[in-house]
Amino acid sequence: MDTIIRLQREAFDVSAEAKKLTGGRTDIGAVVTFTGICRADENGEPIAALTLEHYPDMAEAEIARHVKEAQSRWPVLGVTVIHRFGRIAPGEDIVMVATASSHRQAAFAAAEFLMDYLKTRAPFWKQVEKVSGTTWVEAKDADDAAAERWSAPVPRREAAK
Amino acid sequence: MKVRYFAWVRERVGLAEEDVDPPSGIATVADLVAWLTKRGEGYAYAFENPKVIRAAINKTHVRADARIAGASEIAFFPPMTGG
Repeated sequence: MDTIIRLQREAFDVSAEAKKLTGGRTDIGAVVTFTGICRADENGEPIAALTLEHYPDMAEAEIARHVKEAQSRWPVLGVTVIHRFGRIAPGEDIVMVATASSHRQAAFAAAEFLMDYLKTRAPFWKQVEKVSGTTWVEAKDADDAAAERWSAPVPRREAAK
Repeated sequence: MKVRYFAWVRERVGLAEEDVDPPSGIATVADLVAWLTKRGEGYAYAFENPKVIRAAINKTHVRADARIAGASEIAFFPPMTGG
């Protein structure tokens, strides 16, 4: 399986990344891309920007671990995860996940699984700049619940033979 | 061992990382938090609610009861808010 994991300051090109997953192969029938974008408000208050702090190396390792987990649950043929850090303005992309598979179900499920885990287990922290000052975004119970629903025991796919 | 702090834990402690040499009785992550808390006001503020603090040993998530023997790097941070 092709896996690309990148943590970077720079913007990324979602469609170019999605094309990389399918380029030169004909076994992929579905690509799902998710893009997380910086909104201009946080809890109803306008924001000037987000700044993302991360724990280098651990962030990559955690994402890689969850990509492996996704691969063990669904027949995915390629995964790309790109997460930006540093200062990000409203309207700019923050994160993207692209998953490729023969059929759509696995691609949808793997993308959703990866995003739910990125939110709660990948060591990134968002700080928001508001007129009233700078604050750290609080973790949301809803995100924990979203990740939790994947933690029930699941039958493992047969290991690739 | 090296201790690293992230996000508001880093801001409250006032350091991104430091080398510490805890006494031999400090066996678990929770023990280390209690020991660090006594190092000063910033630490006490950072760890005032230990339940919300997350920890990693050698860049892997661990729980508060994890043993720290053999750890080269321990990190403390708030619940994650990436994605």
